[in-house]
Amino acid sequence: MIKVLRPGLLMTLQDLGRHGHQHVGLCPGGAMDPVSLALANALVGNDAGAAALELTVLGPDLEFERDTLVALCGAEFEVKLPLNRPVLLEAGTRLAIGRALRGARGYLAVAGGFGVEPVLGSRSTYLPGGFGGLNGRTARRGDVLPLEEDSQEVSRERFSRLKRKNDKTVRWSVPPQTVPEHEPVVLHVLDGQHFASFDVASQRAFLDAVWKIAPDSNRMGFRLEGPKLARAADDEILSGPTCLGTVQVPSSGMPIALMADHQTTGGYPKIAEIVSADVPRLAQLGPGGRLHFARCGLDMAAELRHHNRERLETALRGIAWEYGK
Amino acid sequence: MQRLAFAVHARGEPELRDVVPALGGLALHFHPDFAGDLVQSALGVVERALDHGLPAPAKVGREVEVPVCYEPEFAPDLAEVARRVRLEPDEVVRRHAAAEYRVLMIGFAPGHAYMGGLHPSLSLSRRATPRPEVPAGSVAIANEQTVVYPYAIAGGWNVIGRTPIAVFDARRDPPSLFGPGDRVRFRVISQSEFQELAG
Repeated sequence: MIKVLRPGLLMTLQDLGRHGHQHVGLCPGGAMDPVSLALANALVGNDAGAAALELTVLGPDLEFERDTLVALCGAEFEVKLPLNRPVLLEAGTRLAIGRALRGARGYLAVAGGFGVEPVLGSRSTYLPGGFGGLNGRTARRGDVLPLEEDSQEVSRERFSRLKRKNDKTVRWSVPPQTVPEHEPVVLHVLDGQHFASFDVASQRAFLDAVWKIAPDSNRMGFRLEGPKLARAADDEILSGPTCLGTVQVPSSGMPIALMADHQTTGGYPKIAEIVSADVPRLAQLGPGGRLHFARCGLDMAAELRHHNRERLETALRGIAWEYGK
Repeated sequence: MQRLAFAVHARGEPELRDVVPALGGLALHFHPDFAGDLVQSALGVVERALDHGLPAPAKVGREVEVPVCYEPEFAPDLAEVARRVRLEPDEVVRRHAAAEYRVLMIGFAPGHAYMGGLHPSLSLSRRATPRPEVPAGSVAIANEQTVVYPYAIAGGWNVIGRTPIAVFDARRDPPSLFGPGDRVRFRVISQSEFQELAG
Protein backbone atom coordinates (compact mmCIF):
# COMPACT_ATOMS: atom_id res chain seq x y z
CA MET A 1 0.00 0.00 0.00
CA ILE A 2 1.02 3.60 -0.60
CA LYS A 3 -0.55 6.31 1.52
CA VAL A 4 -1.15 9.74 -0.02
CA LEU A 5 -0.09 12.36 2.53
CA ARG A 6 -0.39 15.23 0.03
CA PRO A 7 -1.69 14.62 -3.49
CA GLY A 8 0.20 17.29 -5.43
CA LEU A 9 -1.40 18.49 -8.63
CA LEU A 10 -3.52 16.15 -10.74
CA MET A 11 -2.07 12.76 -9.79
CA THR A 12 -3.84 9.91 -11.62
CA LEU A 13 -3.20 6.28 -12.48
CA GLN A 14 -2.47 5.80 -16.18
CA ASP A 15 -1.43 2.96 -18.45
CA LEU A 16 -1.35 2.79 -22.26
CA GLY A 17 -5.09 3.50 -22.51
CA ARG A 18 -8.24 1.72 -23.70
CA HIS A 19 -8.41 1.16 -27.41
CA GLY A 20 -11.15 0.12 -29.80
CA HIS A 21 -13.90 2.40 -28.47
CA GLN A 22 -13.39 5.61 -30.44
CA HIS A 23 -16.37 4.79 -32.69
CA VAL A 24 -18.62 5.24 -29.65
CA GLY A 25 -16.90 8.46 -28.65
CA LEU A 26 -14.46 7.16 -26.05
CA CYS A 27 -10.89 8.35 -26.56
CA PRO A 28 -8.02 5.96 -25.71
CA GLY A 29 -6.71 8.22 -22.91
CA GLY A 30 -3.78 6.74 -21.00
CA ALA A 31 -0.40 8.26 -20.16
CA MET A 32 0.25 11.67 -21.72
CA ASP A 33 3.88 10.57 -22.17
CA PRO A 34 3.82 6.82 -22.86
CA VAL A 35 7.58 6.79 -23.53
CA SER A 36 8.41 7.81 -19.95
CA LEU A 37 5.75 5.41 -18.66
CA ALA A 38 7.39 2.53 -20.56
CA LEU A 39 10.83 3.43 -19.16
CA ALA A 40 9.54 3.66 -15.56
CA ASN A 41 7.79 0.31 -15.89
CA ALA A 42 10.81 -1.41 -17.41
CA LEU A 43 13.03 -0.07 -14.61
CA VAL A 44 10.94 -1.92 -11.99
CA GLY A 45 10.60 -5.04 -14.16
CA ASN A 46 6.97 -4.43 -15.25
CA ASP A 47 5.46 -4.78 -18.71
CA ALA A 48 5.43 -1.46 -20.62
CA GLY A 49 1.63 -1.32 -20.31
CA ALA A 50 1.36 -1.56 -16.52
CA ALA A 51 -0.38 1.32 -14.74
CA ALA A 52 1.75 3.91 -12.94
CA LEU A 53 1.11 7.22 -11.18
CA GLU A 54 1.14 10.18 -13.54
CA LEU A 55 2.37 13.28 -11.70
CA THR A 56 1.70 16.73 -13.11
CA VAL A 57 3.94 19.77 -12.46
CA LEU A 58 3.75 19.41 -8.65
CA GLY A 59 4.40 16.00 -7.09
CA PRO A 60 2.85 14.33 -4.03
CA ASP A 61 4.05 13.26 -0.57
CA LEU A 62 3.72 9.50 -0.28
CA GLU A 63 4.29 6.94 2.48
CA PHE A 64 5.24 3.39 1.54
CA GLU A 65 3.85 0.77 3.93
CA ARG A 66 5.97 -2.08 2.55
CA ASP A 67 9.33 -2.46 0.86
CA THR A 68 8.64 -1.23 -2.66
CA LEU A 69 10.79 -1.12 -5.77
CA VAL A 70 10.00 2.15 -7.56
CA ALA A 71 11.23 4.22 -10.49
CA LEU A 72 10.42 7.85 -11.28
CA CYS A 73 10.84 8.85 -14.93
CA GLY A 74 9.83 11.70 -17.20
CA ALA A 75 9.95 15.22 -15.79
CA GLU A 76 12.81 16.08 -13.44
CA PHE A 77 11.06 16.61 -10.09
CA GLU A 78 12.56 18.15 -6.96
CA VAL A 79 12.93 14.99 -4.86
CA LYS A 80 15.44 13.12 -2.71
CA LEU A 81 15.21 10.06 -4.90
CA PRO A 82 17.61 9.14 -7.67
CA LEU A 83 15.64 9.60 -10.90
CA ASN A 84 15.44 7.33 -13.92
CA ARG A 85 16.58 4.18 -12.11
CA PRO A 86 15.14 1.47 -9.86
CA VAL A 87 15.20 2.27 -6.14
CA LEU A 88 14.15 -0.07 -3.33
CA LEU A 89 12.25 1.99 -0.75
CA GLU A 90 12.02 0.47 2.73
CA ALA A 91 8.73 0.05 4.52
CA GLY A 92 7.84 3.33 6.26
CA THR A 93 9.68 5.55 3.75
CA ARG A 94 8.14 8.99 3.26
CA LEU A 95 8.80 10.38 -0.18
CA ALA A 96 8.26 14.12 -0.71
CA ILE A 97 8.12 15.02 -4.40
CA GLY A 98 8.18 18.76 -5.12
CA ARG A 99 7.96 20.80 -8.30
CA ALA A 100 8.96 19.68 -11.78
CA LEU A 101 12.15 21.60 -12.58
CA ARG A 102 12.31 20.39 -16.18
CA GLY A 103 9.41 18.79 -18.05
CA ALA A 104 5.84 18.62 -16.73
CA ARG A 105 4.85 14.97 -16.23
CA GLY A 106 6.46 12.24 -14.19
CA TYR A 107 5.67 8.54 -13.98
CA LEU A 108 6.13 6.68 -10.73
CA ALA A 109 6.03 2.94 -11.38
CA VAL A 110 6.05 0.26 -8.67
CA ALA A 111 7.14 -3.36 -9.09
CA GLY A 112 4.09 -5.55 -9.74
CA GLY A 113 1.88 -2.58 -10.57
CA PHE A 114 -1.20 -1.19 -8.83
CA GLY A 115 -4.02 -3.43 -7.60
CA VAL A 116 -6.98 -1.76 -9.29
CA GLU A 117 -9.44 -3.47 -11.61
CA PRO A 118 -9.21 -2.64 -15.31
CA VAL A 119 -12.27 -0.97 -16.84
CA LEU A 120 -12.77 -1.69 -20.55
CA GLY A 121 -9.34 -3.30 -20.61
CA SER A 122 -7.39 -0.46 -19.00
CA ARG A 123 -6.47 0.92 -15.57
CA SER A 124 -6.22 4.46 -16.95
CA THR A 125 -8.17 7.17 -15.18
CA TYR A 126 -10.68 8.86 -17.48
CA LEU A 127 -11.62 11.99 -15.55
CA PRO A 128 -14.44 13.33 -17.79
CA GLY A 129 -16.24 9.95 -17.61
CA GLY A 130 -15.41 9.34 -13.96
CA PHE A 131 -14.12 5.78 -14.38
CA GLY A 132 -10.87 3.82 -14.42
CA GLY A 133 -7.87 4.08 -12.07
CA LEU A 134 -8.85 5.31 -8.61
CA ASN A 135 -12.63 5.31 -9.20
CA GLY A 136 -12.23 7.71 -12.09
CA ARG A 137 -10.71 10.56 -10.09
CA THR A 138 -7.43 12.17 -9.10
CA ALA A 139 -5.68 10.99 -5.93
CA ARG A 140 -6.62 12.83 -2.72
CA ARG A 141 -5.02 13.31 0.66
CA GLY A 142 -5.61 10.18 2.77
CA ASP A 143 -6.06 7.82 -0.19
CA VAL A 144 -4.46 4.42 0.16
CA LEU A 145 -3.22 3.28 -3.23
CA PRO A 146 -3.55 -0.48 -3.49
CA LEU A 147 -0.57 -2.55 -4.66
CA GLU A 148 -0.66 -6.19 -5.67
CA GLU A 149 -0.71 -8.46 -2.61
CA ASP A 150 2.78 -9.86 -3.17
CA SER A 151 4.32 -6.49 -4.06
CA GLN A 152 6.91 -6.67 -1.23
CA GLU A 153 8.19 -10.11 -2.34
CA VAL A 154 8.13 -9.05 -6.00
CA SER A 155 10.04 -5.85 -5.13
CA ARG A 156 12.77 -7.65 -3.17
CA GLU A 157 13.10 -10.47 -5.68
CA ARG A 158 13.41 -8.09 -8.64
CA PHE A 159 15.90 -5.87 -6.85
CA SER A 160 18.03 -8.92 -6.04
CA ARG A 161 18.21 -9.74 -9.75
CA LEU A 162 19.59 -6.35 -10.75
CA LYS A 163 23.26 -6.07 -11.76
CA ARG A 164 25.67 -3.26 -10.91
CA LYS A 165 23.93 -2.01 -7.76
CA ASN A 166 24.77 -0.59 -4.39
CA ASP A 167 22.68 -0.66 -1.21
CA LYS A 168 19.22 0.47 -2.40
CA THR A 169 19.65 1.48 -6.00
CA VAL A 170 21.85 0.90 -9.04
CA ARG A 171 24.96 2.62 -10.38
CA TRP A 172 23.40 3.50 -13.69
CA SER A 173 20.39 5.43 -14.98
CA VAL A 174 18.39 5.71 -18.19
CA PRO A 175 18.32 9.19 -19.74
CA PRO A 176 14.88 10.71 -20.34
CA GLN A 177 13.78 10.70 -23.99
CA THR A 178 10.99 13.24 -24.05
CA VAL A 179 11.93 15.96 -21.54
CA PRO A 180 13.03 19.18 -23.31
CA GLU A 181 16.64 20.31 -23.02
CA HIS A 182 15.57 23.84 -23.92
CA GLU A 183 12.59 25.77 -25.21
CA PRO A 184 10.97 26.48 -27.57
CA VAL A 185 10.52 22.80 -28.33
CA VAL A 186 10.24 22.02 -32.06
CA LEU A 187 7.27 19.83 -32.95
CA HIS A 188 6.84 18.40 -36.45
CA VAL A 189 3.42 18.82 -38.03
CA LEU A 190 1.67 17.52 -41.09
CA ASP A 191 -0.74 19.85 -42.89
CA GLY A 192 -4.16 19.46 -41.33
CA GLN A 193 -7.25 18.75 -43.42
CA HIS A 194 -8.12 22.46 -43.48
CA PHE A 195 -4.62 23.99 -43.59
CA ALA A 196 -5.18 25.40 -47.08
CA SER A 197 -8.41 27.11 -46.03
CA PHE A 198 -6.56 29.42 -43.59
CA ASP A 199 -5.49 32.76 -45.00
CA VAL A 200 -1.85 32.98 -46.05
CA ALA A 201 -0.94 35.26 -43.14
CA SER A 202 -2.38 32.71 -40.69
CA GLN A 203 -0.60 29.81 -42.37
CA ARG A 204 2.66 31.72 -42.07
CA ALA A 205 1.96 32.85 -38.50
CA PHE A 206 1.16 29.29 -37.43
CA LEU A 207 4.58 28.10 -38.60
CA ASP A 208 6.56 31.22 -37.62
CA ALA A 209 5.23 31.94 -34.14
CA VAL A 210 6.58 30.70 -30.83
CA TRP A 211 3.44 29.36 -29.11
CA LYS A 212 2.90 29.33 -25.38
CA ILE A 213 0.84 26.73 -23.49
CA ALA A 214 -2.10 28.52 -21.81
CA PRO A 215 -2.84 27.87 -18.12
CA ASP A 216 -6.28 26.38 -18.83
CA SER A 217 -4.75 23.41 -20.64
CA ASN A 218 -5.48 19.89 -19.44
CA ARG A 219 -5.37 16.20 -20.38
CA MET A 220 -8.01 16.84 -23.07
CA GLY A 221 -6.12 19.56 -24.90
CA PHE A 222 -3.46 22.24 -24.73
CA ARG A 223 -4.58 25.77 -25.62
CA LEU A 224 -1.89 27.69 -27.44
CA GLU A 225 -1.32 31.42 -26.97
CA GLY A 226 0.04 33.35 -29.92
CA PRO A 227 -1.20 35.18 -33.00
CA LYS A 228 -4.90 34.79 -33.79
CA LEU A 229 -5.51 32.52 -36.77
CA ALA A 230 -8.28 33.06 -39.30
CA ARG A 231 -9.62 31.17 -42.27
CA ALA A 232 -9.87 32.74 -45.71
CA ALA A 233 -13.25 31.13 -46.34
CA ASP A 234 -15.89 30.96 -43.66
CA ASP A 235 -17.77 27.99 -45.11
CA GLU A 236 -19.20 25.53 -42.63
CA ILE A 237 -17.13 22.50 -41.74
CA LEU A 238 -18.70 19.10 -41.25
CA SER A 239 -17.69 17.48 -37.97
CA GLY A 240 -14.86 15.11 -38.70
CA PRO A 241 -12.73 12.61 -36.81
CA THR A 242 -9.92 13.94 -34.65
CA CYS A 243 -6.75 12.31 -33.43
CA LEU A 244 -4.14 12.57 -30.70
CA GLY A 245 -2.07 15.58 -31.79
CA THR A 246 -4.69 17.23 -33.99
CA VAL A 247 -4.41 21.03 -33.85
CA GLN A 248 -7.84 22.57 -34.28
CA VAL A 249 -8.74 26.25 -34.39
CA PRO A 250 -12.07 27.33 -32.88
CA SER A 251 -13.66 30.64 -33.84
CA SER A 252 -11.59 32.44 -31.16
CA GLY A 253 -8.59 31.89 -33.47
CA MET A 254 -6.64 30.31 -30.61
CA PRO A 255 -5.42 26.82 -31.55
CA ILE A 256 -5.95 23.74 -29.36
CA ALA A 257 -3.66 20.69 -29.57
CA LEU A 258 -5.66 17.57 -28.72
CA MET A 259 -4.05 15.42 -26.02
CA ALA A 260 -4.73 11.99 -24.46
CA ASP A 261 -8.33 12.59 -23.28
CA HIS A 262 -9.38 14.36 -26.49
CA GLN A 263 -12.80 14.26 -28.12
CA THR A 264 -13.00 11.68 -30.91
CA THR A 265 -14.73 13.99 -33.40
CA GLY A 266 -14.94 17.73 -33.76
CA GLY A 267 -16.36 20.50 -35.89
CA TYR A 268 -13.48 22.98 -35.74
CA PRO A 269 -11.11 23.41 -38.69
CA LYS A 270 -7.94 21.35 -38.33
CA ILE A 271 -4.86 23.33 -39.26
CA ALA A 272 -2.26 20.65 -38.47
CA GLU A 273 -1.55 17.20 -37.10
CA ILE A 274 1.41 16.87 -34.72
CA VAL A 275 3.33 13.74 -35.72
CA SER A 276 2.85 10.88 -33.25
CA ALA A 277 6.57 10.78 -32.41
CA ASP A 278 6.44 14.34 -31.07
CA VAL A 279 3.23 14.21 -28.98
CA PRO A 280 4.98 12.78 -25.87
CA ARG A 281 7.46 15.68 -26.08
CA LEU A 282 4.56 18.14 -26.14
CA ALA A 283 3.14 16.37 -23.06
CA GLN A 284 6.33 17.35 -21.21
CA LEU A 285 5.50 21.06 -21.54
CA GLY A 286 3.60 22.65 -18.67
CA PRO A 287 1.64 25.92 -18.59
CA GLY A 288 3.83 28.66 -20.06
CA GLY A 289 5.91 26.11 -21.97
CA ARG A 290 7.02 27.36 -25.40
CA LEU A 291 6.97 25.54 -28.72
CA HIS A 292 7.44 26.03 -32.40
CA PHE A 293 5.95 24.06 -35.29
CA ALA A 294 7.99 22.69 -38.19
CA ARG A 295 6.10 21.52 -41.26
CA CYS A 296 6.97 18.04 -42.54
CA GLY A 297 5.64 15.27 -44.77
CA LEU A 298 4.45 11.73 -44.13
CA ASP A 299 7.89 10.22 -44.89
CA MET A 300 9.52 12.37 -42.24
CA ALA A 301 6.73 11.54 -39.77
CA ALA A 302 7.28 7.82 -40.36
CA GLU A 303 11.05 8.23 -40.00
CA LEU A 304 10.68 10.07 -36.69
CA ARG A 305 8.30 7.39 -35.43
CA HIS A 306 10.72 4.65 -36.44
CA HIS A 307 13.70 6.46 -34.91
CA ASN A 308 11.94 7.05 -31.58
CA ARG A 309 10.71 3.47 -31.49
CA GLU A 310 14.29 2.21 -31.99
CA ARG A 311 15.63 4.52 -29.30
CA LEU A 312 12.99 3.35 -26.79
CA GLU A 313 13.56 -0.31 -27.65
CA THR A 314 17.32 0.05 -27.23
CA ALA A 315 16.78 1.53 -23.76
CA LEU A 316 14.29 -1.22 -22.85
CA ARG A 317 16.74 -3.93 -24.00
CA GLY A 318 19.47 -2.35 -21.90
CA ILE A 319 17.24 -2.40 -18.82
CA ALA A 320 16.22 -6.00 -19.47
CA TRP A 321 19.93 -6.92 -19.62
CA GLU A 322 20.48 -5.34 -16.19
CA TYR A 323 17.75 -7.67 -14.93
CA GLY A 324 19.63 -10.62 -16.41
CA LYS A 325 17.08 -11.19 -19.16
CA MET B 1 -19.59 6.84 -44.60
CA GLN B 2 -21.40 4.71 -42.01
CA ARG B 3 -21.62 1.80 -44.43
CA LEU B 4 -17.92 2.01 -45.28
CA ALA B 5 -17.00 2.25 -41.59
CA PHE B 6 -19.20 -0.74 -40.86
CA ALA B 7 -17.61 -2.77 -43.67
CA VAL B 8 -14.05 -1.90 -42.58
CA HIS B 9 -14.84 -2.62 -38.93
CA ALA B 10 -16.42 -5.97 -39.79
CA ARG B 11 -13.26 -7.10 -41.62
CA GLY B 12 -11.28 -6.82 -38.37
CA GLU B 13 -8.04 -5.67 -40.02
CA PRO B 14 -5.34 -6.45 -37.40
CA GLU B 15 -3.32 -3.27 -37.93
CA LEU B 16 -6.32 -1.06 -37.13
CA ARG B 17 -7.17 -0.17 -33.56
CA ASP B 18 -10.13 2.14 -34.23
CA VAL B 19 -12.46 2.87 -37.12
CA VAL B 20 -14.32 6.15 -36.54
CA PRO B 21 -16.98 7.45 -38.89
CA ALA B 22 -17.99 11.11 -38.72
CA LEU B 23 -20.04 13.43 -40.92
CA GLY B 24 -16.94 14.88 -42.56
CA GLY B 25 -14.72 11.83 -42.88
CA LEU B 26 -13.67 8.41 -41.71
CA ALA B 27 -10.68 7.89 -39.41
CA LEU B 28 -8.59 4.73 -39.49
CA HIS B 29 -6.41 4.65 -36.36
CA PHE B 30 -3.44 2.34 -36.91
CA HIS B 31 -1.61 0.43 -34.22
CA PRO B 32 1.51 2.45 -33.36
CA ASP B 33 3.73 -0.60 -33.95
CA PHE B 34 2.47 -0.98 -37.52
CA ALA B 35 5.58 -0.62 -39.68
CA GLY B 36 4.07 -0.48 -43.18
CA ASP B 37 3.24 2.46 -45.40
CA LEU B 38 0.22 4.09 -43.75
CA VAL B 39 -1.29 5.75 -46.82
CA GLN B 40 -0.99 2.63 -48.96
CA SER B 41 -2.37 0.48 -46.15
CA ALA B 42 -5.30 2.81 -45.54
CA LEU B 43 -6.14 2.80 -49.24
CA GLY B 44 -5.84 -0.99 -49.26
CA VAL B 45 -8.20 -1.33 -46.31
CA VAL B 46 -10.82 0.84 -48.01
CA GLU B 47 -10.38 -0.90 -51.38
CA ARG B 48 -10.82 -4.36 -49.89
CA ALA B 49 -13.97 -3.23 -48.08
CA LEU B 50 -15.38 -1.70 -51.29
CA ASP B 51 -14.46 -4.78 -53.38
CA HIS B 52 -16.30 -6.93 -50.90
CA GLY B 53 -19.38 -4.73 -51.26
CA LEU B 54 -20.85 -2.35 -48.70
CA PRO B 55 -23.68 -3.54 -46.48
CA ALA B 56 -27.20 -2.34 -47.30
CA PRO B 57 -28.19 0.71 -45.21
CA ALA B 58 -30.76 -1.44 -43.37
CA LYS B 59 -27.96 -3.83 -42.32
CA VAL B 60 -25.84 -1.08 -40.74
CA GLY B 61 -26.17 -0.56 -37.01
CA ARG B 62 -28.70 -1.99 -34.61
CA GLU B 63 -32.25 -1.09 -33.68
CA VAL B 64 -32.33 0.74 -30.37
CA GLU B 65 -35.45 1.73 -28.44
CA VAL B 66 -35.03 4.44 -25.83
CA PRO B 67 -37.71 5.07 -23.20
CA VAL B 68 -38.22 8.82 -22.74
CA CYS B 69 -40.34 10.76 -20.28
CA TYR B 70 -41.48 14.05 -21.82
CA GLU B 71 -43.20 15.36 -18.65
CA PRO B 72 -42.44 19.02 -17.76
CA GLU B 73 -40.16 17.96 -14.88
CA PHE B 74 -37.72 16.53 -17.44
CA ALA B 75 -38.53 18.87 -20.34
CA PRO B 76 -37.53 22.41 -19.38
CA ASP B 77 -37.59 23.65 -22.99
CA LEU B 78 -40.68 21.81 -24.29
CA ALA B 79 -43.10 24.72 -23.81
CA GLU B 80 -40.73 27.15 -25.50
CA VAL B 81 -40.05 24.73 -28.36
CA ALA B 82 -43.81 24.30 -28.88
CA ARG B 83 -44.24 28.08 -28.99
CA ARG B 84 -41.36 28.53 -31.43
CA VAL B 85 -42.54 25.85 -33.87
CA ARG B 86 -46.23 26.80 -33.39
CA LEU B 87 -47.43 23.39 -32.21
CA GLU B 88 -49.02 22.08 -29.03
CA PRO B 89 -46.45 20.49 -26.66
CA ASP B 90 -48.22 17.12 -27.03
CA GLU B 91 -47.85 17.35 -30.80
CA VAL B 92 -44.11 18.10 -30.46
CA VAL B 93 -43.77 14.97 -28.32
CA ARG B 94 -45.85 12.90 -30.75
CA ARG B 95 -43.74 13.94 -33.73
CA HIS B 96 -40.46 13.46 -31.85
CA ALA B 97 -41.43 9.97 -30.70
CA ALA B 98 -42.94 8.92 -34.05
CA ALA B 99 -39.77 9.25 -36.12
CA GLU B 100 -36.99 6.73 -36.70
CA TYR B 101 -33.57 8.32 -36.21
CA ARG B 102 -30.19 7.31 -37.51
CA VAL B 103 -26.97 7.84 -35.53
CA LEU B 104 -24.93 10.04 -37.87
CA MET B 105 -21.93 10.50 -35.63
CA ILE B 106 -20.76 9.97 -32.07
CA GLY B 107 -18.50 12.53 -30.48
CA PHE B 108 -18.09 15.31 -27.96
CA ALA B 109 -18.34 12.77 -25.10
CA PRO B 110 -18.51 8.96 -24.88
CA GLY B 111 -21.86 7.76 -26.25
CA HIS B 112 -22.91 11.28 -27.31
CA ALA B 113 -24.79 10.42 -30.52
CA TYR B 114 -25.89 12.97 -33.08
CA MET B 115 -29.03 11.53 -34.69
CA GLY B 116 -30.65 12.62 -37.93
CA GLY B 117 -34.29 12.14 -38.89
CA LEU B 118 -35.99 14.84 -36.85
CA HIS B 119 -39.37 15.87 -38.29
CA PRO B 120 -38.67 19.05 -40.34
CA SER B 121 -41.44 20.89 -38.46
CA LEU B 122 -39.38 20.52 -35.26
CA SER B 123 -36.20 21.95 -36.72
CA LEU B 124 -35.06 25.00 -34.76
CA SER B 125 -31.86 26.66 -33.66
CA ARG B 126 -30.08 26.08 -30.36
CA ARG B 127 -30.94 28.11 -27.28
CA ALA B 128 -29.56 31.65 -27.32
CA THR B 129 -27.81 31.01 -23.98
CA PRO B 130 -26.59 27.49 -23.22
CA ARG B 131 -27.59 25.98 -19.89
CA PRO B 132 -24.63 25.64 -17.49
CA GLU B 133 -25.68 22.07 -16.75
CA VAL B 134 -28.00 19.72 -18.59
CA PRO B 135 -28.77 16.56 -16.57
CA ALA B 136 -27.52 13.18 -17.83
CA GLY B 137 -30.08 11.40 -20.04
CA SER B 138 -31.63 14.66 -21.29
CA VAL B 139 -33.15 14.31 -24.75
CA ALA B 140 -32.72 17.47 -26.80
CA ILE B 141 -33.23 18.81 -30.31
CA ALA B 142 -31.59 21.45 -32.49
CA ASN B 143 -31.31 22.01 -36.23
CA GLU B 144 -32.38 18.72 -37.86
CA GLN B 145 -30.99 16.49 -35.16
CA THR B 146 -31.68 15.01 -31.76
CA VAL B 147 -29.23 13.99 -29.03
CA VAL B 148 -29.26 12.29 -25.62
CA TYR B 149 -26.77 13.80 -23.16
CA PRO B 150 -24.61 11.00 -21.66
CA TYR B 151 -23.35 13.09 -18.74
CA ALA B 152 -24.44 16.22 -16.91
CA ILE B 153 -22.68 18.87 -18.99
CA ALA B 154 -23.26 22.39 -20.27
CA GLY B 155 -25.38 22.42 -23.41
CA GLY B 156 -27.33 24.68 -25.71
CA TRP B 157 -29.75 22.18 -27.24
CA ASN B 158 -33.49 22.39 -26.49
CA VAL B 159 -34.29 19.81 -23.82
CA ILE B 160 -37.69 18.15 -24.33
CA GLY B 161 -37.42 14.95 -22.28
CA ARG B 162 -35.18 12.57 -20.38
CA THR B 163 -34.36 8.86 -20.45
CA PRO B 164 -33.65 6.89 -17.25
CA ILE B 165 -31.29 4.59 -19.20
CA ALA B 166 -27.53 5.24 -18.88
CA VAL B 167 -26.23 6.39 -22.27
CA PHE B 168 -22.67 5.32 -21.47
CA ASP B 169 -21.71 2.92 -18.70
CA ALA B 170 -18.11 1.71 -18.80
CA ARG B 171 -19.04 -1.38 -16.76
CA ARG B 172 -21.88 -2.44 -19.08
CA ASP B 173 -21.39 -4.57 -22.20
CA PRO B 174 -21.61 -2.87 -24.60
CA PRO B 175 -20.81 0.34 -22.72
CA SER B 176 -22.50 2.68 -25.21
CA LEU B 177 -26.28 2.68 -25.71
CA PHE B 178 -25.71 3.96 -29.25
CA GLY B 179 -23.32 2.84 -31.98
CA PRO B 180 -22.56 4.41 -35.36
CA GLY B 181 -25.39 3.95 -37.82
CA ASP B 182 -27.88 2.67 -35.23
CA ARG B 183 -31.57 3.16 -35.95
CA VAL B 184 -33.17 4.75 -32.91
CA ARG B 185 -36.79 5.11 -31.74
CA PHE B 186 -38.04 6.90 -28.66
CA ARG B 187 -40.86 5.35 -26.59
CA VAL B 188 -43.00 7.68 -24.49
CA ILE B 189 -43.04 6.67 -20.83
CA SER B 190 -44.76 8.09 -17.76
CA GLN B 191 -43.07 9.58 -14.72
CA SER B 192 -43.75 6.44 -12.70
CA GLU B 193 -42.21 4.24 -15.39
CA PHE B 194 -39.23 6.60 -15.45
CA GLN B 195 -38.75 6.14 -11.69
CA GLU B 196 -39.12 2.36 -12.05
CA LEU B 197 -36.55 2.11 -14.85
CA ALA B 198 -34.21 4.50 -13.05
CA GLY B 199 -34.28 2.07 -10.12
